[in-house]
Amino acid sequence: MTMPLMKPRRKNPVRRTQQPNLPPSARSRIALGLTAAAAEGRFALQVCADCQAVQYPPREACHRCMGARLPWREQDGVGRLVGATTLHHSNDLFFRERLPWRLGLVHLDAGPSLIVHLHGDVGEAPGPVRVGARLDRGGQAVLIAFPRDEVLHMADDRMLREMTSDPKFRKVLVTDGMTRAGQAIARAVADAGAEIVWVGYAEPWKRHGSGIDEIAKLAPVTLMPLDLTDTRSVTELAGEIGGKVDIVINNAEVHRAFGIASRRGLDVARLEMDFNYLGLLRLAQELGPALKGRAADGQASATAWVNVLSIFALSNFPPHGTYSASKAAALSLSQCLRAEMRPSGIRVINVFPGPIDDEWNQNLPPPKLAPGALANAIVRALRDGIEDVYPGDVAQEWLERWRDNPKVLERELAAGA
Amino acid sequence: MTVRKGYDGVAVAVPVTVPYVRYSTHGAHWFLGQAIRRLVDEAAIAKDAIDGLTVSSFTLAPDIAVGVAQHLGLSPRWLDHIPTGGASGVMALRRAARAVQAGDASIVACVAGDTNHVDSFRLMLGSFSQFARDATYPYGSGGPNAIFALITASYMRKYGARREDFARICVDQRTNALASGSRMFKKPLTVEEYMSARPIAEPLHLFDCVMPCAGAEAFLVMSEMRARELGVRHTLLRGAIERHNAFADDPVMERGGWLVDRDDLYSMAEAQPGDIDFVQPYDDYPVIVMLQLEDLGFCGKGEGPAFVREHRFTFDGDFPSNTSGGQLSAGQAGAAGGFLGLTETIRQLTDTAGARSVKDAKLGLVSGFGMVTYDRCLCTGAVILGRPS
Repeated sequence: MTMPLMKPRRKNPVRRTQQPNLPPSARSRIALGLTAAAAEGRFALQVCADCQAVQYPPREACHRCMGARLPWREQDGVGRLVGATTLHHSNDLFFRERLPWRLGLVHLDAGPSLIVHLHGDVGEAPGPVRVGARLDRGGQAVLIAFPRDEVLHMADDRMLREMTSDPKFRKVLVTDGMTRAGQAIARAVADAGAEIVWVGYAEPWKRHGSGIDEIAKLAPVTLMPLDLTDTRSVTELAGEIGGKVDIVINNAEVHRAFGIASRRGLDVARLEMDFNYLGLLRLAQELGPALKGRAADGQASATAWVNVLSIFALSNFPPHGTYSASKAAALSLSQCLRAEMRPSGIRVINVFPGPIDDEWNQNLPPPKLAPGALANAIVRALRDGIEDVYPGDVAQEWLERWRDNPKVLERELAAGA
Repeated sequence: MTVRKGYDGVAVAVPVTVPYVRYSTHGAHWFLGQAIRRLVDEAAIAKDAIDGLTVSSFTLAPDIAVGVAQHLGLSPRWLDHIPTGGASGVMALRRAARAVQAGDASIVACVAGDTNHVDSFRLMLGSFSQFARDATYPYGSGGPNAIFALITASYMRKYGARREDFARICVDQRTNALASGSRMFKKPLTVEEYMSARPIAEPLHLFDCVMPCAGAEAFLVMSEMRARELGVRHTLLRGAIERHNAFADDPVMERGGWLVDRDDLYSMAEAQPGDIDFVQPYDDYPVIVMLQLEDLGFCGKGEGPAFVREHRFTFDGDFPSNTSGGQLSAGQAGAAGGFLGLTETIRQLTDTAGARSVKDAKLGLVSGFGMVTYDRCLCTGAVILGRPS
């Protein structure tokens, strides 16, 4: 059993803040297939389309039949630990600062041998394990051997916490607590053990009956005035909590159901862009540098930035056309943020929910995503180190259609399907 | 399978060593140049007499062998670049021998050398191979120590080897190193010191690991007749094998390619393991010495630990092994580590090994092992050298 993580002691303000180092992140292009799958929480290896041989390390040709078609296929990761070692020396700064470090050699039932990081609950070799893929602090996939069965406090493992962004004992900002989704997110991170949850609210005159006052009663929650369309408001927030926040969850948005012809003028579209795109930009400019500076600040360091986008960011949903466009802009900006955060190891997580069950999606047919399901997906992504999340049946279906053929999806959406 | 032609009439001579240093500000070309200079001086031949060249090095980039030829003003009519580290010596000798037999070259200089800057080892590890970059270096960045720790742990568990057994190999090799005047290690090693050394990658501890350094090793390959004409003391190549990526389906390495071809090796040499007077197994880690003793037929699979307990590996012991001290006690000068056993064997068989001479030695076996590109070492090879009758 993993020792449960104890609340980290208060930082001695006189001591220098550790600068973030990253594990080696160079990979060949072909190996990035492992990262692409791990970014969605999946462990996939190449499997030869001709002879079914499972490949590892990633290859350009099958090691058995030399076939060139090697699609990535999800693996169950079942295997056997055949050797283990504890490193007391490393040539790389990231690991040097974290020694001792355990590694293992796993013989996968599917065939190949894998060099893996070892979860602390994996005993000595030989023994059964289950291998999974996670993004490491540098954002590249690595393989980890876990015990076959779930054990208590597994997420508190020291090695695993280096890979993930568990909210436990961390300080979290949720940018909008006025919606049911925002309240569900605040509640979920509080339940996950966050030390402080700052919850933003923009329009105080709408507070009554919104549900935010119930959230404010939760022990770790503090309400903060925050209007993402107002640069001064964002600057003030950053001045107050910028040096403390470990996880930003940006869920604030404006969502109106219009296309181009159904509403004249730019007011609504401009407001959507101001919230959904420029709001993210304001927040990132004010809070981004502070997060980067604290990315290696002890066990509860700054660790992640979550953007709640929309599955409509992938392809325009004409009945909500301007909203889709603002979310596509936010997605593009979020990719920029991810690239800029990467050298510090801060993970940028993009969440692509299908229609959430709220008033702005009133006229969309079910299934719609319950606010609680969205919140749970966000906490799971933080805990499991997932980078792209597509919660709900609609999002999953859109993703599948989009992957299959984005042009076909565009035509289907244009035809109202 | 076709029957191999023998290596009759191939002489291996003029072993040279550019003394090892822990770090150097020189480039690899400096060490290679010094080695070839020594070959020419000691053989008392003109530089132009070298008409074949093999080069082995890890730190030569962006150059390859032909760049060395231009750098040193050589114009060989036969050239090979053999960057296979611990297997490069055996592989270079095999290729050079065939070139000499075929008349493509008359005197081949086989040279291996590397420099070692303060940070060059770390930089090499991260880009050693595509598989290392994708699938081992991001896991703790322990380099070969981590991979061999996994192999060693598995071997210990399966075959009952203990750290005390590995200690015997390391301690005896240190005795040999001191008799050869090693520049890297000046003090004897005791079993207690070995056992109490700090852990590096468990079960490997400090004295299981070689010390990276800078240096070079080289020798000449020519026909026996040519060696006689030149009046250089020489040995004869009696047999040689190599094999790559053998037993790729073994989940963890516990045998190497020697096992596939060893019968060929001994039949070429018309000898048996019992006829060998001394061995120079590749010794990047002591467990690999045990694998070679097993796979080359000195004992059965899994009998390595017992074999080590029953024998002394010193130059004056009953099973002289790595009589120069090996890499474990002489240092690992990059690719030169793959030549160390060859230069030492030539010295032993030409009465130039001084205080560490193996008494009445007539046949020596050298084995090479190189290139940990992922979870195991890929290139294996071995040669048997003998005294001219």
